[in-house]
Amino acid sequence: MKILGIDLGTTNSALAVAGDEQPARAVPIMQVVGPGEAAERPTLPSFLLLPSELEVPPAQLQLPWSGPMRYAVGTFARERGAELPHRLVSSAKSWLCNPSIERTAQVLPFRGAQRELEAETDGERVSPVNASARYLAHLRAAWDDANPDDPADEQEVLVTVPASFDPVARELTVVAAREAGLDRVTLLEEPQAAFYAYLAARGDAWRQDLAPGDVVLVCDIGGGTTDFSLIEVADAGGSLALERIAVGDHILLGGDNMDLALAALAGKQLADAGKTIDALQQRALVHACRRAKETLLGPSPPAAVPISILGRGSKLIGGTLKVEVTREQAETFLVDGFFPTVGADARATRRRAAGLREMGLPYAHDPAITRHLAEFLGRFGRMPTAVLFNGGVMKAPRLQGRVVELLRSWCGRDVRVLEGADPDLAVALGAAHFGEVRRGQGVRIRGGTARAYYIGIESSMPAIPGFAPPVKALCVAPQGLEEGSSVALPDDELGLVVGENVTFRFFAAATRKDDQAGTLIDADTEGLVELDPVEKLVPAEGERRAGDLVPVRLEAHVTEVGTLELWCAARDSSGRWKLEYSVRERDA
Amino acid sequence: MSRALLAFICFFRILFGKKLPPDAAKFLPEGAAPPKALPEAAPKAREPEKKAEKADKADKADKADKADKADKAEKADKADKKPEPAVERPAERPAERPAERPKVSAAQHHKDGALALLALLQREGRLVDFLTEAIDDAPDDAIGAAVREVHRGCRKVFDQYLSIEPVMPGEEGAKASVPKGFDPAEIRLIGEAKGEPPYRGTLRHHGWRVVDAKLPALAEGVDRAVVAPAEVELSA
Repeated sequence: MKILGIDLGTTNSALAVAGDEQPARAVPIMQVVGPGEAAERPTLPSFLLLPSELEVPPAQLQLPWSGPMRYAVGTFARERGAELPHRLVSSAKSWLCNPSIERTAQVLPFRGAQRELEAETDGERVSPVNASARYLAHLRAAWDDANPDDPADEQEVLVTVPASFDPVARELTVVAAREAGLDRVTLLEEPQAAFYAYLAARGDAWRQDLAPGDVVLVCDIGGGTTDFSLIEVADAGGSLALERIAVGDHILLGGDNMDLALAALAGKQLADAGKTIDALQQRALVHACRRAKETLLGPSPPAAVPISILGRGSKLIGGTLKVEVTREQAETFLVDGFFPTVGADARATRRRAAGLREMGLPYAHDPAITRHLAEFLGRFGRMPTAVLFNGGVMKAPRLQGRVVELLRSWCGRDVRVLEGADPDLAVALGAAHFGEVRRGQGVRIRGGTARAYYIGIESSMPAIPGFAPPVKALCVAPQGLEEGSSVALPDDELGLVVGENVTFRFFAAATRKDDQAGTLIDADTEGLVELDPVEKLVPAEGERRAGDLVPVRLEAHVTEVGTLELWCAARDSSGRWKLEYSVRERDA
Repeated sequence: MSRALLAFICFFRILFGKKLPPDAAKFLPEGAAPPKALPEAAPKAREPEKKAEKADKADKADKADKADKADKAEKADKADKKPEPAVERPAERPAERPAERPKVSAAQHHKDGALALLALLQREGRLVDFLTEAIDDAPDDAIGAAVREVHRGCRKVFDQYLSIEPVMPGEEGAKASVPKGFDPAEIRLIGEAKGEPPYRGTLRHHGWRVVDAKLPALAEGVDRAVVAPAEVELSA
């Protein structure tokens, strides 16, 4: 059996294979790249285009293994989708972990609250889960077409998720995989996958890179998201052990924001010169600015990068607009704008929530990635001794340099840079290597659940008019609960009402390492974040009548897959019920 | 594959199948329309390139066949259990069809590939726009600005699909030796060759050889003659 590592990314997905006597390696992905053209690309852009037949003829979307298609994922979906934004699903993964929408409802392409009111029903729409399923189904079909003897659903499949994914988003990722025909998948956190890719690339030499006491910051900045994790190196009876000790929040901020910032700057120069550009030229401008960014932040950058935008009609000469982005501008707008020099005590600014906020993705309000980083490190009170960069943005030596410079000033000592794998493919490669580690070929990062989880219990106290009874948070799963292990709560008087849908509020905390199962704290304790509620309906059957109260004991179980399950077991052993995550809409 | 997804895919295949244009429908197994005997008989440019596509696919047919059968069996199995009556599979998996199609001439195959390459160069580098434009009276800096972009885009196509290298290593303008048993198709002699090789001379042009050309797989039913569609931006 082979091992397939899938990086289900926010803007790009990738596939790697291992477990066949060869080292983990990336698999190019066949996809539609132009009208009626299919070719392999190293990654699959995570875009889903759902056009009408008049917008894109189905024949143009067919793949070597399919007939004409009514939708496309990948490169052509992204390119043509820019001209048909009302048909384009992007950032499905960020929607998957967005509790302000109903994640299994068909809300994508997202049209905003205003358009929702107009009850626009034109065209196909999908749920975030279904969009993710289509990316996975495409990867599966591309693999199966190239490897008919080793169909993907018969291999060991690992799918990566952001470390910050809550239990619902993890569960939904598994649902998406099942919908794509991948019934047995295991989840792995992306920063850990990036670290596994480093381990695989370094071989045994990593033991020379790191020593007990080292703390590695995994700094993963992709097109649309930023994720931080800390991995600690410890001494375990003479050999090195690795433990993931902290994960940050899911920050919707990345390289795309930088491209847009540079495009706005270049666009202003054009406007100042009295030139106007249309929407398609604007897109060409963003593409050109991405290239300029890569050049200006790359090794030995030139003083300026010329940007030309061709005229829209068939006439090129004379219609071409020229503008220039200089190294100083890149330094000001990109390096200082997104990676400003800040102190270790800096905190990301948050815009005060407006009374009525339009539903949508919770984009980061503070573009300063370094402030988010300072906040992350400050929250956990640990400083790294080494850093591993991942994600396309961090290919830029100038940005790596700025981050390292800041880390050194915050720590007051040296911070080494670990040489990882190709930042675009590392997560998929690392996932594939993790499959090998599970077979005993390599060292495993311990970590378990990144957060502690709590359910809300209404405290019994005399009712006071106008006041809801205070809610206590009961810890049901401590931080660091390992895959495949369970924890049962010590005795507590908990009851499920038969025949009624019982809903528990559900909370998570990233920084409460010492809470054990059964610890009771106030629900408004700082650091506690409310998630979607969990619920269960215990049917009235047998001796159980509607309205009866069944005394239960709570159990938390982290599955081998990597999802968290909460169970209620009747104390008289008459039944055992799994609490379901409710993914219904609630106020953000 | 989950039932839901399977049903979804079948739905669209059928939906599409019912709307197949007549000239595309005749390529379906059920269609059984007599194939055109000669490429020249094709009334429109649409015709030949579909057949060329078949030839392209025929290469893959063997490999795909096995997987395809298994997959089909599975599909049929699942489809049978469905309550919907509609699984008539009008848009069958294309890999099954090549064997039933007439072989296309090499000339047509080449034409198809050439048009696709032209479309690529136009899409990425606006090459057709550039070549069809009158540039005689345009100032050099305006041409220069455009050419930079044309070059970048066309170069991208090159890098993506073609791997190209000099036929003869060595500096142009430097002394070169033409070995015994050389291929006259690879090295063009200029001037009179006396006696048997090796010959001595000066390398004027190192030549180019496409080491690898991995052009995209071309879908059928797409009019390759349209190397750039007209674009109409809709008014709000």
